[in-house]
Amino acid sequence: MPDVKKLMYVNRRAPYGTIYAWESLEVVLVGAAFDQDVSLAFLDDGVYQLTRGQSTEGIGMKNFSAIYSALGDYEVTRIYVEKESLEERGLTLDDLQHLTWEDEDEDWAEKESIRLVDRAELADVMSNQDVMFNF
Amino acid sequence: MSIEVNGKSLEVDEEGYLANLSDWEPGVADVMSKDDDLELTNDHWEIINFLREYYEEYQIAPAVRVLTKAVGKKLGKDKGNSKYLYELFPYGPGKQACRYAGLPKPTGCV
Repeated sequence: MPDVKKLMYVNRRAPYGTIYAWESLEVVLVGAAFDQDVSLAFLDDGVYQLTRGQSTEGIGMKNFSAIYSALGDYEVTRIYVEKESLEERGLTLDDLQHLTWEDEDEDWAEKESIRLVDRAELADVMSNQDVMFNF
Repeated sequence: MSIEVNGKSLEVDEEGYLANLSDWEPGVADVMSKDDDLELTNDHWEIINFLREYYEEYQIAPAVRVLTKAVGKKLGKDKGNSKYLYELFPYGPGKQACRYAGLPKPTGCV
């Protein structure tokens, strides 16, 4: 096995208005081809990227929120959401899309992708990464 | 650039992908495959339709290994392997089949 690096993509901004969220998602999907250990983190306004029922009709941008549910197919199975960021915005896990991945080794059993972590836990996970990409 | 499909001129990009997703009709795949000297069979259509459904749900043209896995799950292991898919689409199942299906070039195709 060649060196597998632990890569984390950190998303801190609202989905639209800037290109960061979309760019991050594209890099994740392209990078997923390289068999690295990939995880995503959503904190601050970044938690809005995962909300249900997004509509972009008024702003003339592509609504790319459906793509998050394809992440499991790309073997991105760990999506960390910071608890404090949700709470500060009056959101709960129920406001977010239900993201899952299917475990081929267990007859495609459906598993949860989103992991709710508090700030201290997320800091721990972050400190274990080899590379962080900030968007 | 453009292609002629059933008397209509449809815009394509420099790599031959449809510029507007909504322009697609089955005739698009017929015209494109004829240009590649490929005759479409039901097996080809199965994959093309699969891709269109995948895009409808996820708004993304899957990378080839994602396609392979998804096909294996939906249509069976005997079809969910790159040998089968490359035999159907020798120019690369991701790229060629997505083009016939009117989707953009797959995201994550390296």
